[in-house]
Amino acid sequence: MKFDTPAGTNPIDQLKVVGRATDRIDGKYKTTGTAPYAYERHDVAPNQAYGYVLGAGIAKGRVRAIDAGAATRAPGVLAVVTTLDTPKLGLGRMNYATLFGGAEIQHYHQAIAVVVAETFEQARAAAFLVRVDYAPEAGRFDLAAEAKSAKPVGAGSGEGSGSGAEDRTGDFEGAFARAPVTLDETYTTPDESHAMMEPHATVAAWQGDKLTLWTSNQMIAWGKESVAKIFGIPKENVRLDSPYVGGGFGGKLFVRADAVLAALGARAAGRPVKVALTRPLVANNTTHRPATLQRVRIGATKDGVITAIAHESTSGNLPEGRPETAVDQTKLLYAGANRLTAMRLAHLDLPEGNAMRAPGEAPGLMALEIAMDEMAEKLGLDPVEFRIRNDTQVDPGKPERPFSHRDLVGCLRLGADRFGWARRNPTPGQVRDGHWLVGVGMAAGFRNNLLTKSGARVRLDRAGTVTVETDMTDIGTGSYTIIAQTAAEMMGLPLDRVVVRLGDSDHPASAGSGGQWGANNATAGVYAACVKLREAVAQRLGINSADAVFADGEVRSGNRAVPLGEAAAQGGLSAEDTIEYGDLSKKQQQSTFAGHFVEVGVDVDTAEVRVRRMLAVCAAGRILNPKSARSQVIGGMTMGVGAALMEELAVDKRRGFFVNHDLAGYEVPVHADIPHQEVVFLDEVDPMSSPMKAKGVGELGLCGVGAALANAVYNATGVRVRDYPLTLDKLLDRMPDAA
Amino acid sequence: MRSFTYERPATPAAAAAAVAGNPGARFIAGGTNLLDLMKLQIETPAHLVDVNGLGLDRIEPTAEGGLRIGALVRNTDLAADPRVRKDYAVLSRALLAGASGQLRNKATTAGNLLQRTRCPYFYDTAQPCNKRQPGSGCAALDGVSRQLAVIGASEACIATHPGDMAVAMRVLDARVETVDAKGSERAIPIADFHRLPGDRPELDTTLRPGELITAVTLPRPLGGTHVYRKVRDRASYAFALVSVAAVVQRDGTGRAAFGGLAHKPWRVEAAEADLAKGAKRAAAGILAGAKPTPDNAFKLKLAERTLGAALNQARA
Amino acid sequence: MSRRELVAGASAAAALTTLPTRAGAAIAAADTPVMAKVALTVNGQRRDLDLDTRTSLLDAAREHLHLTGSKKGCDHGQCGACTMIVDGRRINACLTLAVMHQGAEITTIEGLGQPDNLHPMQAAFVKHDGYQCGYCTPGQICSGVAVLAEIKAGIPSHVTADLAAAPAVTEAEIRERMSGNLCRCGAYSNIVEAMTEVAGRQA
Repeated sequence: MKFDTPAGTNPIDQLKVVGRATDRIDGKYKTTGTAPYAYERHDVAPNQAYGYVLGAGIAKGRVRAIDAGAATRAPGVLAVVTTLDTPKLGLGRMNYATLFGGAEIQHYHQAIAVVVAETFEQARAAAFLVRVDYAPEAGRFDLAAEAKSAKPVGAGSGEGSGSGAEDRTGDFEGAFARAPVTLDETYTTPDESHAMMEPHATVAAWQGDKLTLWTSNQMIAWGKESVAKIFGIPKENVRLDSPYVGGGFGGKLFVRADAVLAALGARAAGRPVKVALTRPLVANNTTHRPATLQRVRIGATKDGVITAIAHESTSGNLPEGRPETAVDQTKLLYAGANRLTAMRLAHLDLPEGNAMRAPGEAPGLMALEIAMDEMAEKLGLDPVEFRIRNDTQVDPGKPERPFSHRDLVGCLRLGADRFGWARRNPTPGQVRDGHWLVGVGMAAGFRNNLLTKSGARVRLDRAGTVTVETDMTDIGTGSYTIIAQTAAEMMGLPLDRVVVRLGDSDHPASAGSGGQWGANNATAGVYAACVKLREAVAQRLGINSADAVFADGEVRSGNRAVPLGEAAAQGGLSAEDTIEYGDLSKKQQQSTFAGHFVEVGVDVDTAEVRVRRMLAVCAAGRILNPKSARSQVIGGMTMGVGAALMEELAVDKRRGFFVNHDLAGYEVPVHADIPHQEVVFLDEVDPMSSPMKAKGVGELGLCGVGAALANAVYNATGVRVRDYPLTLDKLLDRMPDAA
Repeated sequence: MRSFTYERPATPAAAAAAVAGNPGARFIAGGTNLLDLMKLQIETPAHLVDVNGLGLDRIEPTAEGGLRIGALVRNTDLAADPRVRKDYAVLSRALLAGASGQLRNKATTAGNLLQRTRCPYFYDTAQPCNKRQPGSGCAALDGVSRQLAVIGASEACIATHPGDMAVAMRVLDARVETVDAKGSERAIPIADFHRLPGDRPELDTTLRPGELITAVTLPRPLGGTHVYRKVRDRASYAFALVSVAAVVQRDGTGRAAFGGLAHKPWRVEAAEADLAKGAKRAAAGILAGAKPTPDNAFKLKLAERTLGAALNQARA
Repeated sequence: MSRRELVAGASAAAALTTLPTRAGAAIAAADTPVMAKVALTVNGQRRDLDLDTRTSLLDAAREHLHLTGSKKGCDHGQCGACTMIVDGRRINACLTLAVMHQGAEITTIEGLGQPDNLHPMQAAFVKHDGYQCGYCTPGQICSGVAVLAEIKAGIPSHVTADLAAAPAVTEAEIRERMSGNLCRCGAYSNIVEAMTEVAGRQA
């Protein structure tokens, strides 16, 4: 189905199932431990052996020799595959560090061997017997030092955001020079780790030339293509299956070393092999969100109208790597006739930087939205009012291009009202509650809505049950449930008459899970397939499909009402289709918006920051399942608390690696860090997005939260910290004297 | 993890004997740190002597009016014991500030004293570390050292003792009771139990090979107000940047020991006379001679302010 | 019982006869697995296992009993995904050896309830959407059940204001006590609601 004109009224608009807060249909499996994740697929292949991955102990250089003799002779060992035994493998889609093969070490903990044994204990012990001789080389590991030699680079994030090396509208320098009120500040964000709870894991089995990977991957079609590329085998010989994914956040967009080494290990051992990356390997072996150095300049009239805005960002990556696209949202978020965005990329020999939840916008808004708070203060304006004053309903760089639907102002107004913003004391450091200095802060949230084609197959059986099959994944996003809701709505069935099968590359290729594009596109694909199935049902029953009403498990036309299953009485019906998009998103800008509000307490003695209240008001089109969508937003808010207060991959700038490479060293928020969180969705639809009229929310919840929190810390203490995370050491020196 | 044989002896002396004669043997109690390290082959025992069946899990009054805590009393039980909550609240508070509920259910009194540093370079076997591999060097000295020691460290090692419980025990003047393979017992003052790294950072404590901790004794209750203030980046389930265990009397006199600063719980008795004069004065004496790295210099100010917070809390 | 009961049982006889227990170095060099028998009661059923002594309780469940509900998130006691209830107490099953639990009563997530027979805590997690990807969920639920029992038993926590008084079921108590269970999807706020509801029903 081609979607190239705005959606009119369609069966989804009945909202009998879609749009209602619905318990997840996979909930009873997840809560009982019966949902199978990759490493647990004991049933799929007999006689599985265990692989244990060894990572390089240097950051850059070459492997001179590997002595695997003792490991090979160790009890239970079936095979040892080393990187020196293996030619350098091809690169998968959107990756640029070699996953395995050859002597070159590009980054710390790059995989150099897999030991396969009868048991996990044997494989692990034998892995420690592998002796490696390295020829280390000097590398570049310090972003601040390399920033001076960083080159201008334009690129996309691979997840929607993107920017040129330098993009201009009007005359930024001139307007900035003339502006009566200006701001020019630099902000930094650190390297961050996805730290999903399920480490990357795969069971691999070969049947002749055919390879099956039961794995944990967000993007099945990309993964299938990548595995074929990496091993140089035809795509048809590769199958991926990933029905449950224990979190990804961008870290499982790609095929990683677990899959590659399980496959190589299985080939060497001649039997199925399963591999999970150990937790200490995850941070350096896989990808991460790159650190940024960002400069923001804003010029405005005295009454707070922005006349000039510039956002420049420098990040680092391996050669061939992409920049963190932190300036992208600044093209669209606020008005202003004179604009500049620019990106630079430094060569670093740290592990591969790549997409993590809201790549670009997440770190970009952490800078921009502090700058807006600082600018509002300079102007003597309320930060909410300053943002409202600079709202735009068109793409400021291309004023002929409107937003499809934009209610940022609604988010900010409602949020301010709900949060009690009017009671805020604009003078920092004034509010005290016991030993806490209390402050509130806010920020705008922004993330684009991305359209990408997505397919599904729907089958009807004689019992009147509809089964949906697509390679779409559910990484915690609620895909199972919204897909079931979509099919139920389209076919006039209750939810429990729909079966959803996800994550298998034998199913039609979907949008996959990334860039908050999954929900709208994957359900639109199911919509398209259901339209075809409705036609097939009507034809089978001899009903004019235009007249057919699908409701309450029946197909009705005039006085006739037939149970849906009857259409499949002579054999099941099946329909498959793919939603594809025209140029609607080029003509009109599709984005999602939020107002984030946070209250913090800062300990007057120790400068520990603790969050007391959080609210997000979101405008993201139709909300397909308010229950799981809310969870997506609070999950983003929680990750935003981590980014603001504690998360930082600590770089050893001499040895070239992330030192805190486990979950004790890399702190993510715990229960005690997170207060009750409130989310409000504005009641809206966006007919430009798809027949579902929905947009993404999976990343919006993260976008802007960090800055709202940083602004709250400033309001509490009067200390402006521009370097994330806002750990107490950055506040302590400037805290008011303890009483 | 290397292969190991496993036994469960019936008496403390037998346990000590099983380890004393065997350089590859180690005791295992809760196992929450030992197994963590064995998985990374930082610890490679060939024989494990499981002491969980030794019956050292009672808390009893001593003749001197103190408390004798069996080596195998779990952190949860020690923190929840009514006598500890009433008379040694700083110890309850320290225990409850540490780790997680799951870990406290397993971790023991003796094992907690023996937990090894959380220096990230100690945990990464590809990196030099004098504590893990004597003579290999210290990557932390010019590496990432935000969590590490600011005082009492050496050119060989800037690791910290990561625990909370021992800090409270230090302020309470606890004694560590042991037995060796020959059955001879001794009591080590907690001040002498943990070492400074010096040029032997591989040694965390003054325990002799095969010596088994049987109990920790607390002297008569000190009275006063007990405070344990732990400062960390996240609100729970994290090691201390700085912690303060303080017992403060009505007249303003008191004692204070610090966690997160050194290779052992840090207490300077001579400086405690200044506690009544305020945190700034007392901290100057307690932290005299500190040599922080640029990464962790903030801990000095943080220690002073945390002490201030603890004193304020005690006097509130 | 002998003075030094050798738990490494009969199945390890070959290894043990050639490698006496005091010859640790020799064993390490060969790295021959040492096998031991252990009997556990898992979810009410007696399970007899013959395990490499190195096997964690978590791997015994996941790899040997195929009870994969308990998750391996870090294998180092840093995430709580492996939480089981052992002899009435929640522990990190990744940081304990199966052989150390001879005769223990173990409850895993599979023992609390099944898809069509949910435990009240499981049902509350579904109702309040106290999960997303589901990977930390079994650990959260086992911990959640144990936390309410700990509060009932009067065990204090870091946030209990008065050590002399019995702790109450408050949001702050739940948050502190649940902090050993990481959830990267960020379902914390919903988990607290689920647990509060279950606690209210219990009271």
